[in-house]
Amino acid sequence: MARRSFAIIAGLALAACTLGPILAVLVRAGGFGQISAADWQAVRFTLVQAALSAGFSVACGWPVARALARRRFPGRGLLVTLMGAPFILPVIVAVMGLIAVFGQNGLVNAGLGALGLPKLDIYGLHGVVLAHVFFNLPLATRMMLQAELAIPSERFRLAASLGLTPRAYFRLIEWPLILRIAPGAFAVIFVICLTSFAVALTLGGGPRATTVELAIFQAMRFEFDLGRAAMLSLIQLALALSAGLVALKLSRWDGFGLGRGRAVARWDGRGRLGRSIDGLAVMLAAAFLLVPLGAVIWKGLPGLALLGSDTARAALHSLMVALGSTALCLAWALPLATRRGELWALSAIALSPLVLGAGLFLLLRPWVNPLDWALPVTGLVNALMALPFALRILRPEAEAVTRDFGRLRATLRLTSWAWFRLVWLPRLRRPLGFAGGLTAALAMGDLGVIALFADPDRVTLPLQVYRLMGAYRMEAAAGAALLLLMCSLALFWLFDRGGRVGADV
Amino acid sequence: MLTFDKVAVAMDQGALNADFSVQAGRRVAVLGPSGAGKSTLLDAVAGFRRIDSGALSWAGTEITQRAPEQRPVSILFQDGNLFPHLSVARNLGLALRPDGGRADARKVEDALERVGLGGYGARMPGTLSGGQQGRAALARVLLMARPVILLDEPFAALGPALKAEMLALVSEVADRLGALVMMVTHDPRDAQRFADDVVLVAEGVAQAPVACDLFFADPPKAFRAYLG
Repeated sequence: MARRSFAIIAGLALAACTLGPILAVLVRAGGFGQISAADWQAVRFTLVQAALSAGFSVACGWPVARALARRRFPGRGLLVTLMGAPFILPVIVAVMGLIAVFGQNGLVNAGLGALGLPKLDIYGLHGVVLAHVFFNLPLATRMMLQAELAIPSERFRLAASLGLTPRAYFRLIEWPLILRIAPGAFAVIFVICLTSFAVALTLGGGPRATTVELAIFQAMRFEFDLGRAAMLSLIQLALALSAGLVALKLSRWDGFGLGRGRAVARWDGRGRLGRSIDGLAVMLAAAFLLVPLGAVIWKGLPGLALLGSDTARAALHSLMVALGSTALCLAWALPLATRRGELWALSAIALSPLVLGAGLFLLLRPWVNPLDWALPVTGLVNALMALPFALRILRPEAEAVTRDFGRLRATLRLTSWAWFRLVWLPRLRRPLGFAGGLTAALAMGDLGVIALFADPDRVTLPLQVYRLMGAYRMEAAAGAALLLLMCSLALFWLFDRGGRVGADV
Repeated sequence: MLTFDKVAVAMDQGALNADFSVQAGRRVAVLGPSGAGKSTLLDAVAGFRRIDSGALSWAGTEITQRAPEQRPVSILFQDGNLFPHLSVARNLGLALRPDGGRADARKVEDALERVGLGGYGARMPGTLSGGQQGRAALARVLLMARPVILLDEPFAALGPALKAEMLALVSEVADRLGALVMMVTHDPRDAQRFADDVVLVAEGVAQAPVACDLFFADPPKAFRAYLG
């Protein structure tokens, strides 16, 4: 049947685009022979920062999730929605915001200075962990909120009518839930932080704060040592795949299926202590997320006037990459929107974009100048990275279409093309719009592979922001960051809206 | 003639067995307690459920292993008979052009008029009442023009008067096509109003068809137990 052959073609293309680069890396690396002390240091730093980031995210996410689950307050729905926002927020933009708050001349240090306390330094381990917590605290919160909301309301009623003490309540209801959810959340965030590149690039660096990804980048860009880059890629691959397998085992990862999140009537935490803990958790979390974003906008507004033609060109490149990635990702996702296809693509989550990028570099080099291919390669890698999320969104809906209309299709003898054009696409418009929006925003804001390949002629907007920062043109960098933020949000909004407007239910 | 030759179909509990024939052009009510396998029987005919042993044939040709789209059958389900995002005319057009191409608009309009929906072609299914949706689906059955029509309680949600009207319409459509109709119902009055024959499905067996008046004149024991 035609659909199955499309799925097979898509699967083979996926395999070629992931396994091909990996194979290239394996061949080039030629074993773990020459691992240096610096490489071990990078491995150790990678593991430590990922563990700390995941630990803090989960530990801080728990009280926030609990507060959101058991309180109703104005703005609660908005806050829950905001918890989904970091997903489409470009890393470099968040980093700018965090520097504005926690940096040398940031708000926090101004406050500490006024109190006569020593200043914080955002660069190094704590900066990397801080940025990772900024991105993953919301993820941890969402995962745990989902679990909280899944508790049957009878259990709360029973606890209330038994008059459980807070201690007993914690032991009987909350602790088992933490035990069930926290390990999976920790593992997922650990994997995400293991393969995160842009944060380490901007806030890490130096011998004591270099991740494996950053080391790959340095080996390729500064030392031109492809063998070492390949060997580091191999290490990274081993790390990420083993951690990814553990995460897959531990977590039933449900993505972001959470909408507004209804509040269930609960009777716990009514005392003054409970109320103040919840209030504090919610306020701190909201401030932690909102103040840096506000700083980006505040600092970026004057910078918008300073945007030069090179920034405009970079923005154009980014838009092209984003649209190309989205088209490619959706073309991949449609035939693979099945259970098996999703499992397949899930492995891409553990794959590091830098490893793929390095592999593609090795593959292209004998034939063409890889630098000429910077933008297409970036688009391809971004499509691969977004594919698991797109499938996560599309698969349930695609299965529902088949379930609801598959028999009607058979009895009408619809051809595959008519089914695809008249039923499949129109019925999947909403999830396609949502998935397309996520992919476009992710690709727009991605600062990864492009850093490996870029020459001055082929810069994307995130890389341009990074370059402006590196040149200490902070005003212009802030303006470019704001432009990037607006582009990402606009792309997401346009796609998502395009999927909704005029869609018949 | 539709022939079940020692057909057995696996069900959640046990199996459903059928060993009989139904004449072409007859109107057959499939009666029996819920869960007995009425829908299973229809699904087996339509090809949505695998036949584990025995043979099913239509007009002397075996169709046991055929895919649903290769059977001489049109079926109406309990719901979801129309694509909700396509207009009524587009839905009906698919019966004539399964490749989604432009169908003969006059034929579509003719069919709509026959079921009393003249001029409704541009409407979306969601804007029609339940009865009108049933009519539109029947108009499509008319256009599909297949010799076997299966009705899996498509009118169960309609009120008694509307249901009687739809059954009359089914009879009309079936007469026009000369088609065999097998209709699942658990309302004996539907059967009396509509059917020539009754197939009783109970205790794992779909029994051979019995003429409707004979059936109700002397109901089998299993059916009396069902009526209570």
